[in-house]
Amino acid sequence: MKPRLKPGLPFVLLAAALAIVPWILRRAEMEYCLTQLTMSLYYAIVVLGLCLVMGYAGQVSLGHGAFFAIGGYTSAVLTTCDVSKWQTAAWLGWIKQSPFCIAREDLFGNPILTVSPWAAFFAAMALTFVVANLIGYPALRLRGHYLAMATLGFGMIVHKVILGTAFTGAADGINGVPEWNLGLGLTVSGKRPLRIENYFIAGGLLLLLLVLLHNLVRSRVGRALQAIHDRETAANAMGINTALYKLKTFVLSALMAAMAGVFFTHYTAGIGPSEAGAFKSVRYVALAAAGGMSSLWGVTGMSTLLNYMSLRGLFGSYDNAVFGLLLIGIVSLAPEGPLKPLARLVRRLAGACRPPNAAQPDAARPNNGLEGRPRHGAA
Amino acid sequence: MALLEVDNVRHSFGGLVAIDRVSFEVAPGQIKSVIGPNGAGKTTLFNIVCGLLRPDSGNIRFGDRAITGFKPYQIARAGVSRTFQNPSLFLQMNVLENVMVGRHCRTRWEFLGCGVRWPGQPKEEAAIREAAQAQLEYVGLAHLAECPAGALAFGERRMVELARALATEPQLLLLDEPGSGLNTREKADLGRMIRRVRERGVTILLVEHDMTLVMDLSDAILVLHNGARIAEGTPSEIQNDANVVRVYLGGEMNHAAAS
Repeated sequence: MKPRLKPGLPFVLLAAALAIVPWILRRAEMEYCLTQLTMSLYYAIVVLGLCLVMGYAGQVSLGHGAFFAIGGYTSAVLTTCDVSKWQTAAWLGWIKQSPFCIAREDLFGNPILTVSPWAAFFAAMALTFVVANLIGYPALRLRGHYLAMATLGFGMIVHKVILGTAFTGAADGINGVPEWNLGLGLTVSGKRPLRIENYFIAGGLLLLLLVLLHNLVRSRVGRALQAIHDRETAANAMGINTALYKLKTFVLSALMAAMAGVFFTHYTAGIGPSEAGAFKSVRYVALAAAGGMSSLWGVTGMSTLLNYMSLRGLFGSYDNAVFGLLLIGIVSLAPEGPLKPLARLVRRLAGACRPPNAAQPDAARPNNGLEGRPRHGAA
Repeated sequence: MALLEVDNVRHSFGGLVAIDRVSFEVAPGQIKSVIGPNGAGKTTLFNIVCGLLRPDSGNIRFGDRAITGFKPYQIARAGVSRTFQNPSLFLQMNVLENVMVGRHCRTRWEFLGCGVRWPGQPKEEAAIREAAQAQLEYVGLAHLAECPAGALAFGERRMVELARALATEPQLLLLDEPGSGLNTREKADLGRMIRRVRERGVTILLVEHDMTLVMDLSDAILVLHNGARIAEGTPSEIQNDANVVRVYLGGEMNHAAAS
C-alpha cells in the first residue's frame, strides 16, 4: 500500500485555511473581499456537484445554471410574495400562525406575510428534484451525449421563461429577498456585520459537501460511477444499474446546484436572470474541466479561485470570453486538467533529485510507458 | 435440472438472422463450449444470454427463473457473470478496484449511506476490499493489486477480468474467447484455471476457437453455423460428426442434410 495521508487530515487543513482567510484579509484591510469570496464558495458548490456528473458518471450537463436559478428563484419568489391578501379567506386563515409563513416588513416598511425561508428552501429542493428527474430520466437511459443536449435546451427554456414571466421579475430579477435565519444563531444575510459569519456558513457548507462527496467517490458507489464512465457495458454486466446510477448522480448534483442557488439568493438578497443563462452553465463546465473533472479538491480550488477573480472584475468585460477560452484551452491542451500534469512534473522533478539507489519496488516491471500510478480518483 | 436453458432463441440484426431458433441446456457443474466458424453467432448468443441483446423470440431460463429480457445488471445479480472477447477492464482504476467493482451486485450501501459513512458501511467497504484481494490471489495476481489496469499485459488483463467476474459470485460464468491472444503457456495456465473454477462449483459456458483447449476442457460442445445449431455432444462425438468436419474444412454445407 502506498503511504496515505491520515484520513480527514486534508479536510482539517482546508478548514484551517478557510478559517485563517478572514484574519489575513482584516490585517490587509481588505475585508470587503470576503463578499466575493463567499459568493465564489457558493458557486464552487455548483461546480463540485458537476464534478460528480462529469468526472465520475461521465456525463455532461449544460443546465446547471438553470438548476441554480430554479433554486434561487423558487426561494426568492416564495419569500417575497405577499400572501396576506389571502389570509382573510377563512380556509386559509391558519397560514398566519403556521410555521410555513412569517410576518415581516418589506423594503418600504409595509407589513407583509411571506413563506418562511426554510419552507421555501424545501420547496426549491422538491421542485429541483422533480425537474431533474424529468430531464434526466429519458436522457440518461440512452448512452452518449443526450444529457448535454437535453440540459442545454432545458437551460435555455428556463432562461427564457424567467425573462418572460412577470412574477419572476422578468429582466430585473427579484430583489428584497429576506435574510434566512438558519437557527443555531446563524443567519444567511449580506449585511456587513454578518460578513464573516456568512463567509463561514458558505465555507462550512462547501466543506461539508466536500466531505460527503469524498466519502461517496471512495465507496462502491464511486467505483460504480467510474466504471460507468470507463466502460458502460462492462459496468452493467458487473451488476451495476447504470441508468439508475447516472440518474441519481445527476439529480444529486442538480440538488447541490439548487441548494447553492438558495443560499446565494438569500446572501445577495436577490437573483437575476443571468444566473440561468447558458454562459453560466458553460462557465461551470469550464471550471469543472479546469479543476481536473474527477478531482474534488482541484475542482473546488479552481472554481473558487477563478470565480473570485471573475467577481472581483479581473477579467473586465471579457468575463465570459475568458471562461470560453479556458474551456477550449483545457480540451485541446490538457484534457485531464492543468493540475495533474503539473503534479506529475513536480513529482518527476522530485524524483530526479532522489539518489539512484532508492529504486521503486515495481520499477523492474515494464509498464507500457504509462505513469506509475496516476490515481484517477485523486480526490 | 438444467442450470441454463435456452429455448428456441432467435435474433436478427436487420435482415441478417444471427441466431436462428437455437436451443440448448447447460447442466450444473458442466463446462460447455460453443464453437463454430467466425460469424456463426457465438458472441451474439452470449450477448443474448447475458442480457446485452434481447432475443426476437424464444425463452431463457436460469435456475428456476425466466430471465428473458432481463437487463445485464439483473442477470449479473441472478448469478451469471461474463468476461469479454477483448478484456474490458476499467482502465482508470487500479487492478484491485477493478475486482472490487465485481462485488457491486453483492453489496448494498447506496449514495446516502456511502456519503455519510453510516455505521456498517465502512465495514462493508473493508469486506469488499478483502474479497477482491482474495479473488486476485486466486488468479495469482495479488502482487499487481495497486497497479493501474492500463499498465497490465494482455494475458494479465484476461486474468483480472476473470477475477472480477468471479467476484460477483456467479453460478454460471460465460467466457468469451478467453484463449485468444494468449501464448501457448498462457493457454495452458488458462485451461488449468478454468478447471479450478469449475471445481469451485461454478458452471462454465465457453466460446473458444482453440480446439485443443475446447476438446481438452469441455464436457459438452455445441456447434453453431450461420446462426443455427448443427451438432451437440461430447468432444469425441463432435470430432467424428460429418457435418462439423465439413463446416470446419470449408466444404459446401447442405442445410437440408444438417437439420
